Amino acid sequence: MFCFQKLLIMTFVSFLLTTSVSIADERYNPIDDVVVSKECGTCHMAFQPQMLPERSWEEIMLRLSDHFGEDASLDSVTANRIKLYLTSNAADSSWWGGKFMRGLKDHMSPLRITETPHWIREHNEEVPSWAWNDPSVKSKASCIACHPRANRGDYDDD
Amino acid sequence: MKTLNKTNVITAVVLLIGGLSPNLASANSARDTIISGFSSVAELPVSAERGKALFESSPAAGKPDTPSCTTCHGASPMTSGMTRAGKPIEPMAVSVTAERFTDLKKVQKWFRRNCKSVLGRECTAQEKGDFLTFMSSR
Repeated sequence: MFCFQKLLIMTFVSFLLTTSVSIADERYNPIDDVVVSKECGTCHMAFQPQMLPERSWEEIMLRLSDHFGEDASLDSVTANRIKLYLTSNAADSSWWGGKFMRGLKDHMSPLRITETPHWIREHNEEVPSWAWNDPSVKSKASCIACHPRANRGDYDDD
Repeated sequence: MKTLNKTNVITAVVLLIGGLSPNLASANSARDTIISGFSSVAELPVSAERGKALFESSPAAGKPDTPSCTTCHGASPMTSGMTRAGKPIEPMAVSVTAERFTDLKKVQKWFRRNCKSVLGRECTAQEKGDFLTFMSSR
């Protein structure tokens, strides 16, 4: 009986451990919509929608004609399809809230993933400033320069 | 053995050309149709010279980060460019990238976006026809 209890406790503890480890993983669902992958992935990597809240994606899709200094306008059918995909898979689309909601105040609608508290926390602690100046990095939007499987939503390599 | 190798090479080349040329021909005809569409409503006959001048100009009349075509596409149409976010852009010269300018929707989309980003306005049919004529000649 005692042994059984011990086993139960050990099982519970190991369950807790594996769960917290899996929460620490930087994995996101890969984009599974061909239109989204193509249209959002021509000039930069197509970023996984779980990295911004719904309100941010709505704002971005409203301003495509001035998209971070370039005209990225789309026909309305394509734009609506992309907006629906991004908002329904956003960081706050699940009831438990994604990692990118951490530290994000209700009034904050960041337009850049690099402005979210989670991104800043993850990169400020680990990435030295010289790494950003490496010519192969080009831009902070170039996730793939340091995360070779970023396209597949896998940032778990540091 | 040597003859066999030679025969193999010739067969491979013939197969390659045979396999490619219908695609090339249809790409060329799709592009020609697009260019004639622009030239039919342009004031002057389309000109590769004017297209070259447009490509090399620096109007700086659109968005501050993109003063000219060459900002992202690079100084020569024969070589790759790079987006501001670090993604490569295939060369625009048709001799290098054969499938360039063969999809009207795509052509219109990128002229709309990039003319607004660089010139601050949409390009005219004349400018589009000139530009594509230049890229087709390279």
